[in-house]
Amino acid sequence: MSEQTLTLDDHEHHEHGPAKGLLRWVFTTNHKDIGTLYLIFSLTMFFIGGMMAMVIRAELFQPGLQLVEPGFFNQMTTMHGLIMVFGAVMPGFVGLANWQIPLMVGAPDMALPRMNNWSFWILPFAFTMLLSTLFMDGGAPDFGWTFYAPLSTTYAPPSVTFFIFAIHMMGISSIMGAMNIIVTLFNMRAPGMSLMQMPMFAWSWLITAFLLVAVMPVLAAVVTMMLMDIHFATSFFSAAGGGDPVLFQHIFWFFGHPEVYIMILPAFGVVSQILPTFSRKPLFGYHSMVYALIAIAILSFVVWAHHMFTVGMPIGGQLFFMYSTMLIAVPTGVKIFNWVATMFKGSLSFETPMLFAVAFVVLFTIGGFSGIMLAIAPIDFQYQDTYFVVAHFHYVLVPGAVFGIVAGVYYWLPKWCGKMYDESLGKTHFWLSFIGLNLTFFPMHFVGLAGMPRRIPDYSLQFADFNMMASMGAFLFGASQLVFVYLVIKAIRSGEKAAQVPWESAEGLEWTLPTPLPYHTFTTPPVFESKL
Amino acid sequence: MRRFLHQLSITLAFFIPGSVYAAMEMNMPRGVTDTSHIIYDLHMLILWICVAIGVVVFGVMFWSIFYHRKSQGAEASQFHESTTVEVIWTVIPFLILIAMAIPSTSVLIDMYDSSDSDIDIQVTGYQWKWQYKYLGEDINFFSSLITPKEEIANEQAKNTNYLLEVDNELVLPINKKVRFLFTSNDVIHAWWMPDLAIKKDAIPGFINESWTRINEVGTYRGQCAELCGKNHGFMPIVVKAVTQYDYDIWVEEQQAAAIAKAAESEQEWTMDDLVAKGETVYQKNCAACHMVDGSGLPPAFPALNGSDVVLGDIETHMHMMYYGVPGSAMAAYGKQLSAVDLAAVITYKRNAWDNNTGEVISPADMQAYIDKQ
Repeated sequence: MSEQTLTLDDHEHHEHGPAKGLLRWVFTTNHKDIGTLYLIFSLTMFFIGGMMAMVIRAELFQPGLQLVEPGFFNQMTTMHGLIMVFGAVMPGFVGLANWQIPLMVGAPDMALPRMNNWSFWILPFAFTMLLSTLFMDGGAPDFGWTFYAPLSTTYAPPSVTFFIFAIHMMGISSIMGAMNIIVTLFNMRAPGMSLMQMPMFAWSWLITAFLLVAVMPVLAAVVTMMLMDIHFATSFFSAAGGGDPVLFQHIFWFFGHPEVYIMILPAFGVVSQILPTFSRKPLFGYHSMVYALIAIAILSFVVWAHHMFTVGMPIGGQLFFMYSTMLIAVPTGVKIFNWVATMFKGSLSFETPMLFAVAFVVLFTIGGFSGIMLAIAPIDFQYQDTYFVVAHFHYVLVPGAVFGIVAGVYYWLPKWCGKMYDESLGKTHFWLSFIGLNLTFFPMHFVGLAGMPRRIPDYSLQFADFNMMASMGAFLFGASQLVFVYLVIKAIRSGEKAAQVPWESAEGLEWTLPTPLPYHTFTTPPVFESKL
Repeated sequence: MRRFLHQLSITLAFFIPGSVYAAMEMNMPRGVTDTSHIIYDLHMLILWICVAIGVVVFGVMFWSIFYHRKSQGAEASQFHESTTVEVIWTVIPFLILIAMAIPSTSVLIDMYDSSDSDIDIQVTGYQWKWQYKYLGEDINFFSSLITPKEEIANEQAKNTNYLLEVDNELVLPINKKVRFLFTSNDVIHAWWMPDLAIKKDAIPGFINESWTRINEVGTYRGQCAELCGKNHGFMPIVVKAVTQYDYDIWVEEQQAAAIAKAAESEQEWTMDDLVAKGETVYQKNCAACHMVDGSGLPPAFPALNGSDVVLGDIETHMHMMYYGVPGSAMAAYGKQLSAVDLAAVITYKRNAWDNNTGEVISPADMQAYIDKQ
């Protein structure tokens, strides 16, 4: 299409707004609508997965079996993990990407709008199928979100086939979403914006999208091999047929480790947008931030077996994966130091997005420290599969990934809906969440070190005090998320009108747009001038 | 190196009242082997390095938070790059990591050297118990949880070793190098004994090695650490470390018991005896899935009460017990239970609950079936 016809089309449909009625949401190809759908979906899944966490914490409130059977407990831990990873965190970031990437790079929409619609609409079907396994004979998947064979093949409940199909659908959705982002960022940046001038959020998503395209097919491969083992008499993972159960873990974690970064890199991007705004100071070390992201992404492909230190590798393998894992601390450290340097000698104020971003830096760093401890193979033997690991990955995922999404929503919500949220409710939400999550996850370090394995429905008496503390924290954290829902609804329905730039000294193309945002933006590409 | 690590951790721990920590079980146990001591010291060293880095990073951050606030009239500087500091904070972490990697590597190499062992024990994981086979000693037994169901169901007060107590402990002599060979009969398990600093996966089709040399007499408790199905939380591990003298006595007792057990299949059994023995065997091996009342948890674990197999042909029933059901959770008990136990449990099932076949399968019948296989 030539540029001339584009402009012409634009004139003909000048005030073209959203279609009327519910079908708008089914057929929409508008990045803002699809972003909204993703975010609502993510929030719904966050609550469903969260309720499962509440069941887990309620059962672990005291020693003994009180509420659920051990088999159902395993279904809860499995589904909680799957839903939070694939249903809450990943779609949450895709939602932010859909809203923000076109606005931040000055594009009128995503490059492939129809595919965008499809990649979203696969998700509700995939998760309906996954959740329906809870009502099947034999129950939902109960083999942990890492679904190690042969527990997930020979010994799995019949519903495992539905689980495999659901994973395939989620994978297709993720790959399409990732391709869309790559194509958009390579082709639709505003004239004058080079790659090294892109906002950090766009950079973090570009790297993430490459990771997704690289590893989601590996996940698809591993679940397909499971399917073959279960239904077509192959023996990829069955020792009795000459197969190898450890092969499963290698393939799974070759997907699984980059997946961990898929869940955290976009949060790095969000925080790198927010900290400079509220420090009233440019991001420190933009270039090294980009190089650190790339280094983390490349290293993520050569560290997978650190999840398998107890599996019985030769010592050469053990040492290789220990050293490569430790190496990740270097670029991660650079990012943390740069964030701190961004705040240093700034002029700081602490609106809700900033509170979440600062908490992100502090708590993610704590998760990073336990990560270094876990990287040391000989001491990892004592940590592996204990609550210490549970504490570690919840510290990087809850105040990491989840706080990243929430911070982004607070930061951009005034632009999206043209209304301000209630600042004191936002602060309440922050402090309740902050206290709740630390109360939940910090004591898990202690019980893990003292010897409590993960994924057990009942525990011996010396772990009782800390578990009760963790459960109370979890209930507080869970309940405080209701404040967030109330806050968002209140802002949309009766919030005060937001200014075009609601944050003093916020930089970026998205803030050059009027508030409330028109349905179509940047139909004429903006002129980008670098501040660097 | 070891002494240095130990000294350092003690010095650092001085700042925090260690005794309080120990009482509240907040930290890794120091354990009872040289390896576990080194690992504990390494753990403390890395922890304190992380704390030190944290103090510096968070110190600068909170300094900014308190003193560079807009509300205090702070003016923002506009610097946003400095190659020098960026190189410095890339290089320094790198050096710290090298300092961590050196002791870690030497410990790891030591842990991998399982040569010249005095005793070899094969550890096999089952859903949900452990089998210990003392290679070359003719000692072979299963070890499973003995915490009463009532304690788990909160109908009875829990004892101190709740969920960490077994019928047959793994007995080991102190000051001897013991080599473990781990494998599994069904899914992946992990044998974890914190006080020995051993955690190793037990994987079907693989044999993993590890070793220990225990310094102190005592009873040490651990658990399965890899999710292995429904009762993953209920397969503890107990190691009883004794002196060589006590160990030798124990070995003799075990060998005598094995001979007595072999004689059992020769002796005549009444139906009542078989049913009584069968009930014990059932509670230990079958009740976790098929339930105490034989109702099972269909469809994964079928009911035995009124089951076609249990009420049908005896040969088919024996076959299923002996070989299990491949591709399902039903294990092959032919290698796990003696002829007497198999005969007893089959007799029990055919006469328990609403099943009233009145049939008796004698140990001799069972032995005859086994010999045919």
